[in-house]
Amino acid sequence: MKRKLSLFAIPYVVWMALFVVAPVFLVVLYAFSSKTGGFTLDNFARMGTYAVVFGRSFRLALIATGICLAIGYPVSYMMSKEGPRFQRIAMVLIMLPMWMNFLLRTYSWMAILENNGLLNQLFQKIGLIDLWNHVFGTNLTFFPMMNTQGAVVLGMVYNYLPFMILPIYSVIIKLDPSLLEAARDLGADSVNVFRRVILPLSLPGVLSGITMVFVPSVSTFAISTMLGGGTRILLGDLIEQQFTGGAYNPYLGAAIALVMMAIVVLCMWVMNHFGEGEEQAVML
Amino acid sequence: MKKAMALALILAVCLVLTGCGGTDGSNGEKREVNVCSWGEYIDENLIYQFEEETGIQVNYSTAESNEALYSLLSMGGADYDVIVPSDYMISQLIEEGLLAELNYENIPNFSQIDDRFKNLPYDPENKYTVPYTWGTLGLIYNSTMVDGPITSWSAMFDPAYANNVLMIRNSRDALGIALIYLGYSVNTTNEAEIREAFQLLSDAKNNGVYQGFFMDETFLKMEGGNAALCTYYAGDFLTMLDNNPDLVYVVPKEGSNWFVDAMCVLKDAQHKEEAEAWINFLASNEASMANMDYIGYASPNTEVLAGYPAYYEETYGEPLDQGRYEIMAAPEDVLDTCEAYLVLPAETRALYNDLWTELGI
Repeated sequence: MKRKLSLFAIPYVVWMALFVVAPVFLVVLYAFSSKTGGFTLDNFARMGTYAVVFGRSFRLALIATGICLAIGYPVSYMMSKEGPRFQRIAMVLIMLPMWMNFLLRTYSWMAILENNGLLNQLFQKIGLIDLWNHVFGTNLTFFPMMNTQGAVVLGMVYNYLPFMILPIYSVIIKLDPSLLEAARDLGADSVNVFRRVILPLSLPGVLSGITMVFVPSVSTFAISTMLGGGTRILLGDLIEQQFTGGAYNPYLGAAIALVMMAIVVLCMWVMNHFGEGEEQAVML
Repeated sequence: MKKAMALALILAVCLVLTGCGGTDGSNGEKREVNVCSWGEYIDENLIYQFEEETGIQVNYSTAESNEALYSLLSMGGADYDVIVPSDYMISQLIEEGLLAELNYENIPNFSQIDDRFKNLPYDPENKYTVPYTWGTLGLIYNSTMVDGPITSWSAMFDPAYANNVLMIRNSRDALGIALIYLGYSVNTTNEAEIREAFQLLSDAKNNGVYQGFFMDETFLKMEGGNAALCTYYAGDFLTMLDNNPDLVYVVPKEGSNWFVDAMCVLKDAQHKEEAEAWINFLASNEASMANMDYIGYASPNTEVLAGYPAYYEETYGEPLDQGRYEIMAAPEDVLDTCEAYLVLPAETRALYNDLWTELGI
């Protein structure tokens, strides 16, 4: 059945066209153009050189997404079991950091993780570093945490964890209690209620959580330069360099961005199909 | 039908948007000037002072680096009148015909600029530029974290300082110091020499010498004693020194880069007259002195340069330390060891970019 385009949808359609469709169209256009303006595939020919960067970015983003899921699901589940007061407070605590710009928050992590930073000073004060040196026979004056890939993953998890918790939580909280009662009436123990009812029904939330964490993680650039030191760049850095670096080359930048988008879309597509299948299988 | 309607709507919105943009320039009532400079690169009181004196509104914005500024200009999204790029970028902009010739009759204060800073290679007949500041690139170290004074660039590549060095995140400067250390010109176009410099950086990186490649993050890291060594600009060093007195600045014995940042007007500037008024104002003795004191970069103005120690003593009630003055305004014998960047040919710039990306991979 055809529905008329609602008048209320017009601002949204215009917005999408101007700020989503048009930029993507430009990215595609640039990716297939050369500096002189003609059609070319040269921009993609160089992609092999950057395979390492692609691999590193997807690996770190996957790890960060996995950690977010491992932390985020239990938190969402526990939250939904608590009283409304607790839920409100927990929600504010999760949202609060997002009221501040993420660059400022990442700067704070620099101050915390530095060689001379807050954490290392704390470890020094409580004698942890001396103890470590004593036990392992090393001669450390600090634990190197800054400028490592671990720090980059930490930055991603810290920044994007709310995007995992919120969708999962909002799906679990809306589960119909009568379904759970029915499951118990039919003899399922609490493990089975969770495994066969709650988990499958919360999968849509999990899928959108994974998408919302994985996509920004794979394309981030500020976090990797600030916490990772920039000696091992990520895709976001690589793309940024093409636009603001010494040899201004938006064509190559657009091509890299396009390949990245294609891989991300492919990942999401595979995951969504896998997710759907799983959901149906369990439901059956 | 739906689609056609949506498309028509989009077109209508586009027309309205571009229509608004079009009427902007013809409005002659309000006088304004659009300036793009670097962060922390002006005494902001000067902006208000200029606005009050002339009634011209200053729209001040900043770019991160010469390269980022160039990207902004290339993308064509910016409508700046006055920009303050460094020497090598100026010659590139002149080469590409992006700068307007200045009418020096509107900039009488240009006569105050020291002859040393006129007719420099980036603008040999001085038709496009009025110098704003100048300075050197140097090696900064924390005297409590190294043994004895450091006098050579070799420290920037030395595994003895593993995980204690911050390399500058800027291909021109990073490859530049490697070239200087190897005894080559910073303006070489010889691919073998540039690759040798790259190898030096790459080996040092693989030996774990560098904590990372940083620009503005350098301030916090050096001030907090989180790294022993870095490469940065003289004016910014003074800011770090105020927060950590253990830091020392040297222009290494192999020499270094010295730079001039100069004000220029873009060819398609909408407010050329106002732009020249702004440039003339900043080149005046008073404004130049206030700037030198505030941002820590040396003025190219003869009287200001000579008069700064007296100004400092009057303002702060204590004599200006000679060492501090010489860091700001490097003396002749130091400048003689330094080389200015010239614009590199396009293929060399592409090589720089490729090598720089490779270094990050």
